[in-house]
Amino acid sequence: MATALDTVKDYTEAEYKYGFVTPVEEERFPPGLDEEVVRRLSAKKGEPAWLTEWRLSALRRFFAMEMPTWQKVRFDPIDFQAISYYAAPRQKERPKSLDEIDPEIRRTYDKLGIPIREQEILAGVAVDYVFDSVSVATTFKRKLEELGVIFCSISEAVREHPELVRKYLGSVVPPGDNIFAALNSAVFSDGSFVYVPKGVRCPMELSTYFRINAAGTGQFERTLIIADEGSYVSYLEGCTAPMRDENQLHAAVVELVALDDAEIKYSTVQNWYPGDKEGRGGIYNFVTKRGLCRGKRSKISWTQVETGSAITWKYPSCILQGDDSVGEFYSVAVTNHRQQADTGTKMIHIGKRTRSRIVSKGISAGRSDNTYRGLVRILRSAEGARNYTQCDSMLIGEHCGAHTVPYIEIKNRTAKCEHEATTSKISEDQLFYCRQRGISEEDAVALIVNGFCREVMNELPMEFAVEAKKLLGISLEGSVG
Amino acid sequence: MLEIRDLHVAVEGRPILKGLSLRILPGEVHAIMGPNGSGKSTLAHVLAGREGYEVTSGSVTFGDEDLLALEPEERARAGLFLAMQYPVEIPGVANMYFLRQALNAVRKARGQDEIPAAEFMRRIREQARLLGIGEELLKRDLNTGFSGGEKKRNEILQMAMLEPRLAILDETDSGLDIDALKTVADGVNRLRSPERAFLVITHYQRLLDYIVPDIVHVMADGRIQRSGGPELARELEERGYEAVLGGRLAA
Repeated sequence: MATALDTVKDYTEAEYKYGFVTPVEEERFPPGLDEEVVRRLSAKKGEPAWLTEWRLSALRRFFAMEMPTWQKVRFDPIDFQAISYYAAPRQKERPKSLDEIDPEIRRTYDKLGIPIREQEILAGVAVDYVFDSVSVATTFKRKLEELGVIFCSISEAVREHPELVRKYLGSVVPPGDNIFAALNSAVFSDGSFVYVPKGVRCPMELSTYFRINAAGTGQFERTLIIADEGSYVSYLEGCTAPMRDENQLHAAVVELVALDDAEIKYSTVQNWYPGDKEGRGGIYNFVTKRGLCRGKRSKISWTQVETGSAITWKYPSCILQGDDSVGEFYSVAVTNHRQQADTGTKMIHIGKRTRSRIVSKGISAGRSDNTYRGLVRILRSAEGARNYTQCDSMLIGEHCGAHTVPYIEIKNRTAKCEHEATTSKISEDQLFYCRQRGISEEDAVALIVNGFCREVMNELPMEFAVEAKKLLGISLEGSVG
Repeated sequence: MLEIRDLHVAVEGRPILKGLSLRILPGEVHAIMGPNGSGKSTLAHVLAGREGYEVTSGSVTFGDEDLLALEPEERARAGLFLAMQYPVEIPGVANMYFLRQALNAVRKARGQDEIPAAEFMRRIREQARLLGIGEELLKRDLNTGFSGGEKKRNEILQMAMLEPRLAILDETDSGLDIDALKTVADGVNRLRSPERAFLVITHYQRLLDYIVPDIVHVMADGRIQRSGGPELARELEERGYEAVLGGRLAA
C-alpha cells in the first residue's frame, strides 16, 4: 500500500525532467533592442551587408506592428526591451571537431538523452545542436556532403552558401508576416539550414536539438529547408529548456520550400518548460512555420507533438502552389496545469488538384486551455482541390477547456472539403478497466491518450515516436485522481 | 482465500449490500445467482475496487491482505480478476498491446521480468486458438467494434493470460449464444485448478450446466439468502426465485 501511494505521489509531484541549468561560460548582450543591437549582432556573426540591412528593415517593421489579439491565450504584455538578444556559450572559435565542444555542453546533451557521439555512430541521424543562440555541432557532415546535401547552421550557410540563403530567406515567411516573424527576422541568432539537391533522397533523418540554457534571454532560431526537384528529406526537431520562474520567449521561424516532385517531412517534438502547476514561468512559444509547395506534385508534411511551453502559438502551414501538390498536418497538442495552446494549421490551395489533410488531436487536463485553430482556403485557381480535416479533443478532468475554431473559405465550386470533429473524455469505465488488469492509473491515462493519438504518432519516425510516447505520459502525470 | 464478513455497501447513500458474508477456499467454484437488483454486480465491483461504492461496514480479506485497503490495480496484481459484464472500448490501443502491458504490470508487481516478446506471442496465440479467437482480433483496437461474443471471449483470454488466483465472472453469459457460451465455459474449466478459485455471477442457470459449481448461493436484497450444491441452481431454474426464497424476497 505504502509503495503504491508513494508511486502515485511521485507521479503527481513529478517535475519537468529537463529543468536543469548547465554552468557554461557565456557571452551575452545586455537586455534591450534597437538598431544598434541588431548591427552588433550582425557584426558579431560577420554577416554581409545585405543581411544586416534585411535585419534592420525587419526591425523597423517590428516596431510598427501590434501584438495579435485573436488567439485564445492570456498573458501579460511581453517587455521586449527586457530580453537579451544574444547569448552564446563562450568558446574561442567554432569547434573544428566534435571533441572540441565544451564538456559541459556535451554533458547537457547527454542528460537530455542525445549523446552527440553515440547519435552519430549508432542512430545514423545527423544532428545539429543549437545551444541558446548558436549552433554547437553538426554531426555526420561529411557523409551528407558526398551526396551534395547541405546541412549546417544558418550562420554557416550565410557564409558558405550566400546565394541560396539570399534567394530563399524570407521567401515563405516574409519579415512583415506577423510581429514575431518580424522580431525573428531582425534578431535571429542561429538555426539550421538544409539544401537537398535534385533527385537526392536524403538517406538519414536530419535533426536539430534546441536548448535554451541562459536566463533572461530569448531564443530566435531560424530554419530554412530547401528540397530541390525530385528530392526527399525528413527533418526532426526537439526542444527543451531549464525550469525558471520567469517566462522566456521563443520566437522561431521555419521556412520550407519544395520544388517539383520534392517531399519534405518535418517532425517536431516540442517540450519546452511548461511552467509549474500554478502557471509560474514557462516558455512563451510564438512560432511561425510555413512550407511552400512551389513545384508540381510536391509534398510537405508537418507532424508535431506539442507538450511543453506555457503558451503555444503555432500554425505550421502549407501553401499549395504547384499543381497536384499535397500538404499534411498531423498534430498532438497536450496541455496540463495552466498551459495554454492555440495551435493548428493553414492550408492555402492555389494549384489545381491540390490536396490537404489535417488530423489534429488536442488533449487538455488540469486547468489548461487547448484550442485548435485552422484555416482551409481554396482559391479560385484551385480547380478540383480537396481537403480533409479531422479535429478530435479529449478532456481530462472538469476544469480544462477544449476549443475548435475551423475557418473554411472556398472560392472554387469544384473543391471538396470535409470536416469532422469530436470531443471525448477519458471515462471512469476505461480507467477502471485498465486498473483492474493491473495497470496503474497514470499508465492507464498514458495508454488511453496514446491510443487517442495513434494516427498522428504513426506519422513520426520510429525513434522519435518512442520519445514522444513517453513524453505524453509524463506531461499528463498528476492529471487524474 | 477470500473471506467476506458482514459487508454493507451503499451507493449514493442507498444501501445495496446489507450484511453479506461469503468464504471461498482455493480450488472452489462458487456461483451467485439472484434476481435483478439483488446486488450481484455491486458485489463484483466492490471486490474489484471500483469507485462510487461506499463500504459502510464489514471486511474483506484476500489471502492475508485487507482487500478493501488496496487500489484496484493492487488487487489485480494480487491475483484478483474481474471478467466484466460490459468490457469497455479503448480506441487506438491494440488488444494484444494492452494485454502485454497488463501482463507486464502484474509480473513486475510479482518481482518477475517483463515477458519476452516471443514467449508472449506463443502463449497468446495458444490461448486465442483454444478460445476460437482469430489473429485479427488480437490486432484490433481493444474491444472496439467487437461483437458481444468477441468481447466475452476476449475477457476469458485476458484471464487465461493473467492467471489470477481468484476470478470473478460478472454475467459473462449475458448476450452469448450457445456456442459462444460453451467456448467461454471451456475456457474457464481449463483454468480450474486446486490453487485457483472462481466466483461466477449469473442470472440464469444455463451457464452452470457448463461450469459446474461446488457451491451455489442465492442472493436477494443485498444478502445471501440460501446456499447449497449445484442442485440449488436447478431448483431455481424450475421453480423461480420467488418460490425458492419464499417470503424472503419481499423486502
